[in-house]
Amino acid sequence: MTFPPSPPLPDESHARALLRSMILIRRFEEKCAELYTRQKIRGFLHLYIGEEAVAAGSLPVLEPRDSVVATYREHGQALARGVPATTIMAEMYGRKEGCARGRGGSMHIFDAETRFYGGNAIVAGGLPLAAGLALAAQMKGEDRVTACYFGDGAMAEGEFHESMNLAALWDLPLLFCCENNLYAMGTALAIAHAETDLALRATSYGMPAWAVDGMDVLAVEDATRRAVQSIRAGGGPHFLEFRTYRFRPHSMFDPELYRSREEVSEWKKRDPIPLLADRMRQAGMLDDDALAALESEVTAEVEEAVTFAEEGSWEPVEELTRFVHSETGGAP
Amino acid sequence: MKTTYREAMRGAIREAMHRDDRVFLMGEDVGHYGGCYAVSKGLLEEFGPERIRDTPLAESGFVGAGIGAALGGMRPIVEIMTVNFSLLAMDQIVNNAATLLHMSGGAFNVPLVIRMATGGGRQVAAQHSRSLDGWYAHIPGLRILTPATLEDARGMLWTALEDPDPVIIFEHVLLYNMEGELAEDAGPVSIDRAEVRRTGSDVSLITFGLGVVKAMQAADALEEEGISAEVLDLRTLRPLDTDAILETVRRTHRAVVVDEGWRSGGISAEISARITEGAFYELDAPVSRVCGVEVPTPYPEHLERAALPQVEDIVHAVRTLISGKGELS
Repeated sequence: MTFPPSPPLPDESHARALLRSMILIRRFEEKCAELYTRQKIRGFLHLYIGEEAVAAGSLPVLEPRDSVVATYREHGQALARGVPATTIMAEMYGRKEGCARGRGGSMHIFDAETRFYGGNAIVAGGLPLAAGLALAAQMKGEDRVTACYFGDGAMAEGEFHESMNLAALWDLPLLFCCENNLYAMGTALAIAHAETDLALRATSYGMPAWAVDGMDVLAVEDATRRAVQSIRAGGGPHFLEFRTYRFRPHSMFDPELYRSREEVSEWKKRDPIPLLADRMRQAGMLDDDALAALESEVTAEVEEAVTFAEEGSWEPVEELTRFVHSETGGAP
Repeated sequence: MKTTYREAMRGAIREAMHRDDRVFLMGEDVGHYGGCYAVSKGLLEEFGPERIRDTPLAESGFVGAGIGAALGGMRPIVEIMTVNFSLLAMDQIVNNAATLLHMSGGAFNVPLVIRMATGGGRQVAAQHSRSLDGWYAHIPGLRILTPATLEDARGMLWTALEDPDPVIIFEHVLLYNMEGELAEDAGPVSIDRAEVRRTGSDVSLITFGLGVVKAMQAADALEEEGISAEVLDLRTLRPLDTDAILETVRRTHRAVVVDEGWRSGGISAEISARITEGAFYELDAPVSRVCGVEVPTPYPEHLERAALPQVEDIVHAVRTLISGKGELS
């Protein structure tokens, strides 16, 4: 597929912010992988590396009043949404100081402050919930967009189709962000989907839908901006298919039998970070010193997160059964 | 005033809609059709299609949307036509509604009420006759209500809506036409406690939902035989009112648990276990159970009748229990 030409570079500070966001996600996750091998992080760990442009380009378009629903591969979305790296890392450690008090771990990042509603580890399980958040906003007359992230695998699930129908039927202020990384765990798109043009399928629900170069952060940002503007203007739900690629295995247990090294290295040529960095260099916005400064800034942030998690505490076992039911009257 | 279970339930929904703008009813055929069991009949005209919201046949989708709407500050009442169809929404009920509060470390609670019809006895065969109330009672994070009286049909909903966490209300299909007197000022009731519906001294009939009606009839029949049966209406299957269960057993020293659901792994097994754990030495006889026969509910009247607990089954179970222990105390 050929995409329209990439949008022009924004001003230097904006371009730098996008680059920083992608590098933060990359370095944060590289640290996670290292901490996983050191057994500091346990359970499942699904890395986003390679797909950073989607989160970094789309989430900053949203306003703080908007809502976000994500999947179990959501560290990138959480960081780009502004959930502090410290509390995300503490969550992965299972610490009480984690954004979900350590009860969720890597797959279940929740943060009320930034209206980040998880972190859902059932494929497509977050979609109906996102429709409901959008419905609440509509019924209450609130100017609030809900952005829902999911992968190509979710589009085979009934919950996807039920949610698309509800969103279109009720004209909900909902942005469907499909991260098409070509594999549902290890099952290639063509093995699981009769029609692999995902945006085309979305249009059958009567909503605007188009495919976006998910490796180009500027294209992601531009598409998201247009979609969100249209949703805010009463245009109803929109669907964006971000074509992207995961450079790392599905999880830390994946031997990657289903794809070739050549395919992976071919996609790495379109690594979203150098893609933007090179354009910035050519435009005179970035040199080695500036990049090094940015890298060390990010490294410091990641180190701070690790220290925060290391110094965190364990929730006492006596508190095991807390949060099965609300302890107060709950939400007002 | 004279009313029915159905009208009491409708009155509860109407009151909730008037009391709180955030409350709305959503589900299959709740609006233009008037509700599959006519519970919401007339409400569309009164409240409009935004708040009496017909949904597509998408149980997972609209239950999930109810969860999301609850997270977004609304107070949805989601009607699933019957418990049988709720199996299509199991992911949302179990993986999301029951789990989000804990998994988010207390960040996000889900103030959602789900209502659904349950039970058999109308000759609609296996896929429309299930009693899975006890199944849902297995899940931490849910509260399970089984109104069996007009007062509870009228009063449980508002209390459930005030609960910050998800509540499921099971309405037995054979109760909708139940008629009786209800106080004009009937209002919210507790959803924490079981209630003794009839006091007795020889045996405790412990049950819920339609089982309460059948147990009351059984108690009448037993009285003629000189056996005094107490009827405990559990009302809430999760959390179970264990104290009330143990108290009735301490009074009568014999227990028969009546559950339309299947015996194996059912709520009746849980109740029996709690009696054993908490009142073993109070028992004059083993705990007995009258449950649905372990088959998918068949269509023909005589087989369906044989598959579901009947009044005479309860009477028989009590007689057996008591004769097995000799003279009444």
